[in-house]
Amino acid sequence: MEERHLTCIGCPMGCQITVKMEGGEVKEVTGNTCKRGDDYARKEVTNPTRIVTSTVRVTGGHLNMVSCKTKTDIPKGKIFDIAKALESVEVAAPVKIGDVVMANVCDTGVDVIATKNIRAV
Amino acid sequence: MKNYDLVIVGGGPAGLAAAVAARDEGLQDILIIERDHELGGILNQCIHNGFGLHTFKEELTGPEYAQRFIDQVLERGIDYKLNTMVMDIAPDKTITAMNSTDGMFTIPAKAVVLAMGCRERSRGALNIPGYRPAGIFSAGTAQRLVNMEGYMPGRRVVILGSGDIGLIMARRMTLEGAEVLVVAELMPYSGGLKRNIVQCLDDFGIPLKLSHTVVDIEGKERVEGITIAEVGPDRKPIPGTEIHYDCDTLLLSCGLIPENELSSNSGVELSPITSGPIVNDSLETSIDGVFACGNVLHVHDLVDFVSQEATQAGKNAARYILQGKKESGRKLEILPVDGVRYTVPKYIRPDDMEDTVTVRFRVGDVYKNKAIATYFGDTQISKRKKQVMAPGEMEQVVITKKQLSEYPDISNITIKIEEA
Repeated sequence: MEERHLTCIGCPMGCQITVKMEGGEVKEVTGNTCKRGDDYARKEVTNPTRIVTSTVRVTGGHLNMVSCKTKTDIPKGKIFDIAKALESVEVAAPVKIGDVVMANVCDTGVDVIATKNIRAV
Repeated sequence: MKNYDLVIVGGGPAGLAAAVAARDEGLQDILIIERDHELGGILNQCIHNGFGLHTFKEELTGPEYAQRFIDQVLERGIDYKLNTMVMDIAPDKTITAMNSTDGMFTIPAKAVVLAMGCRERSRGALNIPGYRPAGIFSAGTAQRLVNMEGYMPGRRVVILGSGDIGLIMARRMTLEGAEVLVVAELMPYSGGLKRNIVQCLDDFGIPLKLSHTVVDIEGKERVEGITIAEVGPDRKPIPGTEIHYDCDTLLLSCGLIPENELSSNSGVELSPITSGPIVNDSLETSIDGVFACGNVLHVHDLVDFVSQEATQAGKNAARYILQGKKESGRKLEILPVDGVRYTVPKYIRPDDMEDTVTVRFRVGDVYKNKAIATYFGDTQISKRKKQVMAPGEMEQVVITKKQLSEYPDISNITIKIEEA
């Protein structure tokens, strides 16, 4: 049986998780202290994903940048494509938390949404 | 100037939670004073996710977490002043502050919550040799430039120190197109959270060199190169181990220090270990009616714990004003020994404490398969085994009033690391 040792990134606790695998299939997850850890471990050894956070430019706002994130996690291999795609995005103030900054980013089916309120000035 | 009963110094996560809790306890006249142009404090530049799992049961980014508390402050109509700098807190709790519209003003507060947060250790405090060119930033300054102001501090980056902000910025600058060449850490262990090593360095193949430090900075106008070297157990560079990097930027993520100039001028007693005020279980400092919470008290890893702590401080400040100070005077000192560096709080009042008190602390070294033990006097009360403990991760012990009431004759409590 193959064993993989992971550090959970679900929250800052950073639980040390051991995943037992056989033939590419997860047999057992131990060391996690919550359900999130179990989910993370199963995903990490089969199809690792991440939330991407970044910023895009805003025009007419009280700040020049608005922070944003992928609404859900995306395949780890797409992180750089998404960062690149966001470089050219520009939105107009006002912006509210949850507003879609870019829909279906890099064909992941996931929207990038604003994580900060920006006032129009 | 309107008078306020409670003045909260700082509008970051600690100040916001303290204000909300004080209002919910029934206190009306509350003022938050914030020096930046918006509420939310450092969370505004922490655009990464992972905040709020304890508080909101979901994973938020810094600005989202801040907004939840800003909304609570606004809903309650709590007053706040932005772009306003507190200049002095007198021992009698008179606050002197200034801004460009009101000028200089004073508020004779009945209670004060210190919520000023912390600052980053600077190059000057680190004694790094070499030239003093442009291109040397604290990790937090770089974070503000990239995330809020939209500037890239550089293209080829070396990071000294493996604090969380440095790790987060390694990923952030990589995503923005910079090349992060190495993270060097003086200590033989990382100062940041394990999860950040995984998702900020390992994910991007950025090397972490433990027991390494910067021994030279080159470039007269702008950073042109950085030399790092391995250090021995005495933390002195080992000749012959130097590695040179061509780069234009050095980020420093070498620790955070509670910002206590105001506290110390007011006469609040500070801990030489945390650099923050010494407090009892109500988070009251050595001055009656002056409370402290968040990173000004001791540097936290999780904002959720800052919010919890600040809620206590705010509630207790409101009670101090509304009910006056009534306590038996009996207090027990918590002794941090055998690997425990300090505890917050330092004192527990067994007759006046809440039903439970969370004692938070850090250990002084990396410990594997050891246990955290709590003693009331000489009697062991609890022992909890931990796989790994490290200085970068805060630990806690919960003490209950009921438990303590069974030991009326003890004079202290001890928390220590021992064999599992």
